[in-house]
Parts: sequence; C-alpha cells; structure tokens
Amino acid sequence: MQGMLRSLWQYRHFVISSIRNELISRFARSKLGGLWMMINPLAQVAIYALILSNVLAAKLPGIESQYAYAIYLMAGLLAWTLFNEIVSRCLTLFIEQGNLMKKMSFPRITLPTIVVGSCVLNNILLFIAMLGIFVLLGHQFSSVIIWLLPLTLITVMLGLSVGLILGVMNVFVRDIGQGVPIVLQMLFWFTPIVYPANIIPENYRYLLNLNPVYHITSAYQQVLVYNETPQLGGVVLIAVIALALMLLSLFMFRRASGEMVDVL
Amino acid sequence: MSLLSVNKVGKSFSSYRSELHRFARWFSVPTKPCEEHWVLRDINFDIRAGEAIGIIGSNGAGKSTLLKMISGTMQPTEGNIQVNGRIAAILELGMGFNPELTGRHNVFHAAGLMGFNAEQIQQAMPDIEAFAEIGEYFDEPVRTYSSGMQMRVAFSVATSGCPDLLIVDEALSVGDAYFQHKCFERLKKYREKGGGLLFVSHDIKAIKNICDRTILLSDGEKAFDGHPEDAFNYYNALLAQQHPEPCLLEERGQDVKTQGTRSGSGEMKITSVGLEAEGTKAAIIEQCKPFSVNISLVAMENIERWCVGIAIRDKFGNEIFGTNTTMLNRVLPALSKGNKLVVEYKFPSLIVGPGIYAISIALHDVDSHVIANYDWWDKAVVFEVCAAQKMQSSGLICMPVNCSIHQH
Repeated sequence: MQGMLRSLWQYRHFVISSIRNELISRFARSKLGGLWMMINPLAQVAIYALILSNVLAAKLPGIESQYAYAIYLMAGLLAWTLFNEIVSRCLTLFIEQGNLMKKMSFPRITLPTIVVGSCVLNNILLFIAMLGIFVLLGHQFSSVIIWLLPLTLITVMLGLSVGLILGVMNVFVRDIGQGVPIVLQMLFWFTPIVYPANIIPENYRYLLNLNPVYHITSAYQQVLVYNETPQLGGVVLIAVIALALMLLSLFMFRRASGEMVDVL
Repeated sequence: MSLLSVNKVGKSFSSYRSELHRFARWFSVPTKPCEEHWVLRDINFDIRAGEAIGIIGSNGAGKSTLLKMISGTMQPTEGNIQVNGRIAAILELGMGFNPELTGRHNVFHAAGLMGFNAEQIQQAMPDIEAFAEIGEYFDEPVRTYSSGMQMRVAFSVATSGCPDLLIVDEALSVGDAYFQHKCFERLKKYREKGGGLLFVSHDIKAIKNICDRTILLSDGEKAFDGHPEDAFNYYNALLAQQHPEPCLLEERGQDVKTQGTRSGSGEMKITSVGLEAEGTKAAIIEQCKPFSVNISLVAMENIERWCVGIAIRDKFGNEIFGTNTTMLNRVLPALSKGNKLVVEYKFPSLIVGPGIYAISIALHDVDSHVIANYDWWDKAVVFEVCAAQKMQSSGLICMPVNCSIHQH
C-alpha cells in the first residue's frame, strides 16, 4: 500500500501530463474542444427535460420553480456521470493500455489514477456549467453545497473500486467488458435520476435501499435541489461499503498486476 | 558491482480450466493451473558496467520474454532479477506511443514514464529532437509517422537520459542505413561512458561489432554464453541439428511445405541434401570459406540417361548460380532400380555477399528438365551467409582481389 503511494508520488509528473495528454488527444481536431465535455451531459438533460418534464413535474414535491425537474435531473446526472464514467473507463483500461503495459515498465497504479483524475476534472467542469444554468434558472443554493466534496469522494471511491475489480477481471474474462455496460444501463434506470423516487409503489420502495448508487444520487439531490444536508445514515453506509470495496480492489489489483501482461 | 544480475529466472504462462481458478489463487486458495507452459527456464547471467551482451536465438527461443522481464514489464515466475541502476528499453519496436499525440508530446510522455520530471525532459528535448532528425514531423501526430520514424524517436528518447542499462530488442532493423549507422555510433559512445547494453538482433554483423559477449537462447534455455564468434558457431551447429536430413516427400508429411516445394515424375528420387562447411553440417557459412553440397539419390526405375543440377537462389528467388553434371561434362553411369549414390558438389570459396540463400536440386534427363523431370526440389536447404570476420569487401559478391601500389 505504502509502496503504491510512494511510486504514485514519484510518477506524479507522468500522471499530470497524462491527464493533460488525454484531454488534448480527445479533442484534437475538434472545433469546440473541451466544450463537448459539458455539451454532452447537458444535451442529455435537455432531452429528458423536454420529453419528461410535463409528465413528471407534478410529482416533485416541495419545490416551487417551474424548472424544478431540470434541476432535479442535473443533480442526479452529476453524480451518475461521475460514477458511470469511472466504472466504464476502468473496465477497459488495462486492455486499452495493454500496448503501453507491454512496452514500458512503470507503476501500474498510475493508470487508474489517471482515469480518476480526468473523470474528476470532467465532473468539475460539468458542475461549473450546471451552476451557471442554476443561476440562469434562478435557483438558489447555500453553503450546504460543501457537502458535495465528501459526496464526490465517496462516488469516486465506489466507482473506482467497482471499476478496478471489473477491469482486472475483464483482462482475463472478456465477457465482463460486454456485460457490464448493459448492467450499468439497467442500474441507471433503476436509480431515481430521471424520475423521482416517490413514483415507485410504496411496497417496493425499500428495494431502492439495496442500490448503492441511489444513496449517492439522493444525497446529491438533497444538496442541490432542496438545499438540505443529506441523510447521514445512507451516506455513511455507502462510505463504509466504498472503503471496503476499495481495499478489496487494491488487493486484487496488486495480485493481478503481474499476471495481466501475460495475457494482454 | 554488477549492473544486472539474473538468477535462475524462469517464466511460465499458466492456463486454468476456468478463469475462476485464477481469481481464487489471488485470494490464496490453492488451485493448480491445468497447464503450465514454460518459455524460459533457469537463466543466469550478470552484466557489469560497460559490458555489452548480445542475445541470439531462433524465433520463439524466449529472447523477447527475457528482455521484458529484465525491463520490468513482465514478472518472472521463478527466480529473481536484480537491477542496480536505471533501465531504458525499446521493446517490440516502440515505446507505446499514442498515435493522436505529436512526437514531442509522446516524448514527454515516454520520458515521464521513465521517471524524469518536466524540467529534465525540457532540458533533454532539443537533443532528442536533433538526434531523431525527423524535421517538422516532430510536431505532427505520431499516426502520420512511418515505422522507421517512430523508431528514430523511440531510440532518441531511450538513449537520451544516459541510462545505466539500455535494452534494445530488434529495434534498429527498421531504421534506414544512415540512422542505423548513427545509432551504432551512439551505442559505442554510450558504452565508452560505461553504460551496459543488452542487444537482441538477428544481424550477426551488428552483434559481432558491438557486443563483447553473446548469450544463445535455445528452447527457453541458455545454450551458450561467451564470445560472440563462438556463440555463432554454436548457433550454427544447433541450427544444422534442428533441420534434420530432409527425407523423402512421402514420409515428411506436412513438413513439406516448410521445406520447399517438390515436383517430378519419380523415376529417381533425392533422399537427402546436406550442406557442409569445415567438415560439419552447417546452416550459417562465412563468406569466402569452402563448402560442399551432398546429394543422396536413389533410382526407383532403371535409368540410362540422367543428370543432377544445383542452383543457389537469393531471398528474392533470383538464381545466383547454377550448374549441372552435363554442363560440367560428368558422364554418369546408367542406374538400375534400387541403386543409390551420392553426388558431391565442392565449392572452394563461397563468393556471395551476406544474406539468406536457398539451394534447389534437380534430377532430370541429360539435356533438359523439359523432356523428363524426375525430381525437382526447390529450397531443399536454406542457409545464411555471414560476413567474414575481417571484411574485405562489400556488395553482392566478394571477388578475390589483390591491390598493389606502384610508384612512377
């Protein structure tokens, strides 16, 4: 564990320049460049808002604004895109970087670190764009927003640990890479992001508690939509789970990193 | 103190009945791999500062695997590798460049991977750019590069930071003559400064030129470790052993494809073709040395008029040399069914340039193979000609030459 941190520190320049390279290469030869990072999720919000707001707006209790639904959507999507992006990038990370891993010797832990770095950066930019839209829509927010810091950290840990476990296994069993996107898609629709939790029938609502992402998105929604502190119980529970998964994933990653090059 | 010491290193690739067994093993559940494929076993050697070691061996002997383990991209299954100093490696013709980024960005990236910080890289950048000599391409995306250009950049990066040990796997072969020359210059200078070198190549001349020790790998084991000259002789002998006497077509089964093509009506057959130099079977022959070709034949019918021809072709299929018993005015005895004999062609000097050559043998009617072609065997023997240790000439052939100087 300490060795991992030490080598990360040694290779910090590499990590930083990689994150930069990634941004450059993603938007090389595109006119709008970095704007696409915000346009994509915001377009998604616009689509959902356009199609679903009339159907669902009435069901959002406790909020007056006529744009309530759009704000609700953005809050949930901010959390979801971060989680989703980290998991799906980690999933194929080692296969995509196989060429590099076979040719250069460097601490492998830098690879997931780069993913986390660039995903968090994307998320911050998205967050700034959303704040701008909130202001335009006349939505108020208060100092409760500071809660987003620990929430982001928990989301990153959960996404990274799930992504690492799946990513490592995907090197050996490639079916995982095909199956996980489907599961993620399902998870998205089983999480109250585009719809409020209260449209689910009362008797089934307890099932939501089994969905770890639900606790995160609902905390985001509490903070961003209602300006309230999130419910601590759920957040702490997810934090503990994320921490445990993190340890498990790092352990698996360390065990597997020697074998991965053999099959890449 | 040695730069690198490799102790009893072995590598096996395991396959499991189910990948679940592999996962279980990470959690210390004792499951056994159902198949272990050892590609390297029991490799021991040391490199001292300033020493250059060449590694040779046929394809699949384990050369690249060994280098990958030394450079750290692959973990050895058994044994250990100790490195005292910084290693730079060019493996499999490249350094994992990102095709979308420019050469400069990739250099930055690769140097970062080698553990340099931004300042050091900025300092070395002009030198790297100058050595690669790819002009404006240095600021173009790597996807527009040719493989030679990629190699130029990779070589410049790898050698720029004065590593303690440099590993070069076949990389130089894609460079043009000019750049190869430049690389060898740099390697020589680098060695004079005390840098260690591990060099894999099929280029015999290059290895003899820059290495003072050569390790021969054969089937994943160290078959020889010593002077390059001796290593190549040993390699030669090993290659000759690996290609056993080619036997009759029918018995050879599928191997026929790899050992050339045969055709003919079958009244007479070639049973084996052997290449000999200095009294032993050979697969690599030095320029200007004598050699001989032995052809064993058997008559399947009664034959009155016949003739044996031999042709040497270069790797492009051009006939370099050809003759037959009729051209040489040999009168051959009539054969009755079952007769066996050996025809030997002796050449006092092999006056062709370095390269890969193939020998074709033909048994046919006296005048021409058009009338009756008994057995025609293309690429019956493939051999390599290496440059003489003290090279006296260059080019496609090495003519005997005398140079005298007269004063007026």
